[in-house]
Amino acid sequence: MTHWLIAPVVLPAMLAPFIVLAARYHIGIQRVFSLVGVLALIAIAAGLAWTASDGTIILYQLGDWAAPFGIVLVGDRLSTLMVLLTAVLALFVLLYVIGSKWDERGWHFHALFQFQLMGIMGAFLTGDLFNLFVFFEVLLIASYGLMIHAGGNTRLRAGVQYVLFNLLGSTLFLFALGSIYAETGTLNMADLALRVQMIGPEATVGIRVASVLLLLVFAIKAAVVPLHFWLPSSYAEAPGPVAALFAIMTKVGAYAIIRVYTMIFPPELAATSGLEDVWLMPAALISLSLGMIGVLAAKSLDRLVAFSVIGSMGMVMVAIALKSPEGIAAALYYIVHSTLAGAALFLIVDLVKSSRSSLALTPMPPIAGAPLTAGLFFAGAIAMTGLPPLSGFIGKLLILDASFDTAMAPWIWAIILGASLISVVGFARAGSIVFWKAKGLAVDDDLEVGETPRPLAFLAVGGLIAMLLALTVFGGYVQDYMIATSEQLFAPEPYIQIVTETEGKLSGASEGDH
Amino acid sequence: MSLFLIVALPFLGALLPGLMNSAGRQAVGGVTFTVSLAAFVGLMTNLPAVLNGDVVLVGVNWFPQLGLNVNLMLDGLGFFFATLILGIGLLIIAYARFYLSRDDNMGEFFTYLLLFQGAMVGIVLSDNILLLLIFWELTSLSSFLLIGYWKHLPEGRQGARMALTVTGMGGLAMIGGMLILGQIVGSYDLSTILQERELIQADPLYVPALLLILIGAFTKSAQFPFHFWLPHAMAAPTPVSAYLHSATMVKAGIFLMARMWPVLSGTPEWFYIVTTTGLITMVLGAVIALFKHDLKALLAFSTVSQLGLITMLLGTGTAFGAFAAMFHILNHATFKAALFMSAGIVDHATHTRDVRLLGGLRHLMPITFVIATIAALSMAGIPFLNGFLSKEMMLQEMEQTYLFGPDWLVPALAIFGSLFSAAYCFRMIGHTFLGKKRAPESYPAKPHDPGAGLWLPPAILVVLVVVIGVAPFLVQDFVILIAKAVIGDAAVLEVKYIKIWHGFVPPLFMSIAAIVGGLIVVALFKPLSRLWEAAPRPEAKTIFDDIIATFVMYARALIHPLHNGAFTRYALILAVTTLAAGYHAWMSGVVGELTREVQPVGWVEVGGWIMLAAAAVGLAAMHHNRLLALILIGIVGLMVSIGFIFLSAPDLAMTQITVEVVTIILLLLALNFLPNHTPIESSTWRRIRDVIVACAAGLATMALSYHYLMRDAVSSPISGFHLANSYKGGGGTNVVNVILVDFRGFDTFGEIIVLGIAALLIYALTESLLDGPVRARLLNRKPDKPLSGTQHPMMMVVMTRVIMPVVLMVGFYIFLRGHNEPGGGFIAGLIVSIAVVMQYMASGFNWATDRVRFPYHGVIGAGVLIAGLTGIGSWFFAKPFLTSDFTYVRIPPFEKFELATAALFDLGVFLAVVGAVMLTLESFSRLARRAHVKDTDRPMDIDPSTSAEADGAAASAPSNPDALSKEGA
Amino acid sequence: MEVLVASAVGILTATGLYLVLRLRTFPVIMGISLLTYAVNVFLFASGRLTIGAPPILSDDATVYTDPLPQALVLTAIVISFGMTAVVVMISLGAYLGTNDDTVDDQPEPKPEPKQEDAV
Repeated sequence: MTHWLIAPVVLPAMLAPFIVLAARYHIGIQRVFSLVGVLALIAIAAGLAWTASDGTIILYQLGDWAAPFGIVLVGDRLSTLMVLLTAVLALFVLLYVIGSKWDERGWHFHALFQFQLMGIMGAFLTGDLFNLFVFFEVLLIASYGLMIHAGGNTRLRAGVQYVLFNLLGSTLFLFALGSIYAETGTLNMADLALRVQMIGPEATVGIRVASVLLLLVFAIKAAVVPLHFWLPSSYAEAPGPVAALFAIMTKVGAYAIIRVYTMIFPPELAATSGLEDVWLMPAALISLSLGMIGVLAAKSLDRLVAFSVIGSMGMVMVAIALKSPEGIAAALYYIVHSTLAGAALFLIVDLVKSSRSSLALTPMPPIAGAPLTAGLFFAGAIAMTGLPPLSGFIGKLLILDASFDTAMAPWIWAIILGASLISVVGFARAGSIVFWKAKGLAVDDDLEVGETPRPLAFLAVGGLIAMLLALTVFGGYVQDYMIATSEQLFAPEPYIQIVTETEGKLSGASEGDH
Repeated sequence: MSLFLIVALPFLGALLPGLMNSAGRQAVGGVTFTVSLAAFVGLMTNLPAVLNGDVVLVGVNWFPQLGLNVNLMLDGLGFFFATLILGIGLLIIAYARFYLSRDDNMGEFFTYLLLFQGAMVGIVLSDNILLLLIFWELTSLSSFLLIGYWKHLPEGRQGARMALTVTGMGGLAMIGGMLILGQIVGSYDLSTILQERELIQADPLYVPALLLILIGAFTKSAQFPFHFWLPHAMAAPTPVSAYLHSATMVKAGIFLMARMWPVLSGTPEWFYIVTTTGLITMVLGAVIALFKHDLKALLAFSTVSQLGLITMLLGTGTAFGAFAAMFHILNHATFKAALFMSAGIVDHATHTRDVRLLGGLRHLMPITFVIATIAALSMAGIPFLNGFLSKEMMLQEMEQTYLFGPDWLVPALAIFGSLFSAAYCFRMIGHTFLGKKRAPESYPAKPHDPGAGLWLPPAILVVLVVVIGVAPFLVQDFVILIAKAVIGDAAVLEVKYIKIWHGFVPPLFMSIAAIVGGLIVVALFKPLSRLWEAAPRPEAKTIFDDIIATFVMYARALIHPLHNGAFTRYALILAVTTLAAGYHAWMSGVVGELTREVQPVGWVEVGGWIMLAAAAVGLAAMHHNRLLALILIGIVGLMVSIGFIFLSAPDLAMTQITVEVVTIILLLLALNFLPNHTPIESSTWRRIRDVIVACAAGLATMALSYHYLMRDAVSSPISGFHLANSYKGGGGTNVVNVILVDFRGFDTFGEIIVLGIAALLIYALTESLLDGPVRARLLNRKPDKPLSGTQHPMMMVVMTRVIMPVVLMVGFYIFLRGHNEPGGGFIAGLIVSIAVVMQYMASGFNWATDRVRFPYHGVIGAGVLIAGLTGIGSWFFAKPFLTSDFTYVRIPPFEKFELATAALFDLGVFLAVVGAVMLTLESFSRLARRAHVKDTDRPMDIDPSTSAEADGAAASAPSNPDALSKEGA
Repeated sequence: MEVLVASAVGILTATGLYLVLRLRTFPVIMGISLLTYAVNVFLFASGRLTIGAPPILSDDATVYTDPLPQALVLTAIVISFGMTAVVVMISLGAYLGTNDDTVDDQPEPKPEPKQEDAV
């Protein structure tokens, strides 16, 4: 009985209260604990991913109760991959936070940061839908705290909208869960997959509505148009590093969609056919276009990046909506890429902000450390717009390739290529205004700017770019893993079997006697 | 040298100049030169193989799943282009070393230049077309950086963005084309693709692929209608113009067409599109070039025209055409680069490039004059210079080409084009160098011949111009080799050797006509120029700017109104989307039979229902009065909890009611700051709209709920197991509680963490608020209502003091019985909190806060830790997280009772709840204390005894909060 | 009985959603609370309705109501309590900062920064 699978949840969950208890007033100690925790997370996550890489399904029965009666955590290729991605992202974000002293601008940053990680990890690992809801709430409420970290009126106002919108989302989630339980009498995903198949053609309304409600919940998380409205202002107003961490949160939605709509409601399932497969692809294409148009339209750098995140989620959703192994594999590659790229860009925006009175796209005097920041921005923009030599280009090729012989291929190709042109134009305008046009103007000294970040901050951003480079250079190996992952997703029988047939406490007991 | 190394060298070398910037200009220039020299030598080591006609192939797998591999190929064509790129590159680097001024960042420049060089070499050596795409886009990016190199120049920035936009668009189109091509053939390797002429041209996707690839090639090689970016790229430093925008990058499109020639050419589509485009571009470019006054602009358009010529030759699809094209590429590279460098020298020396200000320079700058003249004459097609040879081949080819219209049209246009190109060459020489001698002072700056560093590179090229022109046999075999490499086995090349003199054949007369006509045109330049200026013509840049501006405008018009932060609209869209999707799902499904019978209903229930409905609707209707709204929502909550009792959910009822109380208290505290009345703002139609949507949502949830209520689940719910094993496995008879702390304890674990985070968040927010400007606002805030005379009425104080211990006992009891009877840690926690809250309400924030011994942070932390450690504890028994165990102990005189680890977990819940609720309340109270609320440190306002006794009484009270903490710990 | 419960869910949803679409934070929060009631009842009802058979094990009882939805609703109640507290606090903070409790952003009066270099 090994407990590694639950460590990514329990470690931060214990670390955070400990920080609150012991180190509430010592930022230094908090940093040490936070950093050590994240490093440990990376090690554990790597170990788990290694274990799962040969197709092993790691099962962890909480309270020793067998599924579906108790809650189980399940580690397969996909979930461990996402856990690893989260841990790595967390490291760079944390380094940046320390380097830019963001954690000194408000209370309890590190505690909230750890709780946030706990929520995300739990969401990736749990095999139980209601437990997924609980972890969504954990990561959401932690994200509220991080988003309004250090206060400020505009940030608080944006925070109110962010919280309210997500409260609506949570309500919707509960409606969906109620429907699921009422229809099937279970909450465990694997068990659900089995029970959904019992539903005959004579009564499909219940499960159809349930599955659509569930998809909408995840679509809100994944910021799919028209459910994306919460994203731009909250990401733009959130502190830079927090927005960078949020880059993984949209992926939680994408992850949930991949998981639920390959295992529970697979494309070939008759009872739920003709639903999202009708409108998910158009929605994804619209998200992609709208996001990149937003990049062109943006009047400030932070909103520009926020919209580019919407666009990149559109790309992911296009790949997912293909509902094919190739599509999912491409989606997974793009998820990793866009998480790192989006995070890097938000950090770069914060670098720019630290030496500029505002992020408005108007020429301003040269900013401190401009050449380095400009170089990083150039790299980040290349990644996000999908130009060579960074992974965005590979991801784009993968998605185009996966969609080649589908009915909607012309649309998909036209929109993907057109959108990347628009984003190139948008990023080029922004970059040349912020970094080049500045050269024309004289520096005025009475410009109030935040303190310039320490080298550690630049190091963190550089690290993310390096990760993107690695993702490109070793892309072949990565893609092998992604393909294996998506094959595992499209053959869920072993998963279901292991989850539902592993014995737990009192499993043999007959019902009804006490 | 390995092809990998040849391609990699410039990229690796690109790091050096940037790093060595501090080492001085000489060093930077030197290292850059060395790097490309090494690559050049490395290339030359492959010369023998190429001369044998071998094709050097190397490759490693990179992205096999995609067919994207690092496969390189070197044949005649690739070798030819690589030689141009690296050879001319060397000259350019030497030239740039002396061209750049002291305040230019040379390291940056050479870094970009080497990046470009590497990308360019990569293009011409790629065997894999996806790899080729990568290098292709890299040239666009590096040219973006090089054009924008002088960041302070607006032309630089705009030119750079224009180039990136146009060539980027082409690149994206080409991605499409290449992918289609690869899908047709089943491989992305040129060496394979080039064998599949029939397969490709027979495929229905041939035309789309062709169009997309041609868009890529035309944009890169500045073919009409994409030619306009090239002149604006001239804002770059002259070495860049000479290198990228005349010798190499703009030839990438040509290269691609040549590379793909065997599989794409020969079809009518190819012939008409390519030849026509080339012809138009050639004529148009030549005409515009003549009337440009800026030397570089003139050269830029002449480049456009020459590229058009080459394109046209490739378009004809004949072997001879390809042959002529290759030869002209070689010649153009030599004389055009030389011309650009000369223009740079003139600019350098006179500080102007405006032909109108120049003239007579031959006396002041003889060397430059000679170089420029020879190069220009070659371009004009004067015999014994290499330009003459290839131009005559072009005329010969055109003479045999029929495209459209009367059959004399194409030759005529060809003559017309070369006539104008002769003209602008003559004009350039005439107006810059010839003319009467002028005093040096009459120029913007004193003209003088530059040092050898600047004139030697062009001189070398001019030597080539002459050599090839006089003794073409030196290169003919090489050119034939290249041409064969282009043609492959798609056609047969009859040409054996290049002749200067063919006898009196039509091409000769055509050249003569062109040259004579050119002279005449130059003679008539002034009137013609006046005509040109008068004539209306579209300015490409303004059109392009307008297009982009329009795009931006529409983008803004679309995005900003949509994302203007109107939450209510966002929420409406969410609701409508959900309704639509749900409706669609419902309508497209099959409604099953009813499988359950209806439960009886009595008057009590109906009464409760009516109260609930009335309260809810009343709340919606009268929400403007916020106090009333609070009361109404209280009623709703009460009704819901009563409903829970009735529907046999006692735990829910208790939880609901206690949560209700605490929530209301919180809202009251908040209302203390918020305006207590909501203004009526939304218009009637808006309210009608909202009512409609709301009712739709209501009906939807009602229908859904009813649908499920009347039907059984597909299979018996999993809760059967919980009922069966709650006592055996969980040791409790209250199944709900056992589920919470045991079966699904992990949910509860997450739930208390949510509470803890909520409290931390609220605390942190309060802190930052009180540090910020809000504090001042609070301090001089006046309560909007007169405060009551006695804030802390004696009766209430006494009451709360008296019931405090009682309530605590109740809480404790509820906590203990939770496992078997309705209750549990959560409810107990809330009850205890309420008890403490009552102290706050009775005696005020200060008095109560002073008596809190245990910081609520600690209580929360302890709660979460206890819960977590309880879970971890089971690890030591080799059981999973949160595995519960229990036993029964009997301590006389009590009857036997149960000890369960679940109870410990429940204790964690209890503490977390108390801590969270209290920390939240404390935060609110701290806000309130900042606000100007009169408050004392005494338990009550009306003090019956002396102050001393009062203090004594106060001192006796603290036991209560401690009591709470004692039970807590 | 089912009709009563279902219609109660409907009414709570409708009124809640209506309030959520109002323009000030306070009614919106009220609306969210109503929606929470609605969804709690809905979730509770997913275990179907049973009268007078609480899920407390005893030897004489033969029929029990479904305990699982009750546990879920309990969790949901607690979580939504935390959420309510948070949203109240944040909106209060926003109000104290700007003296404005509208949920929608107000159009900023200042003209947008003018865009030069518009290629």
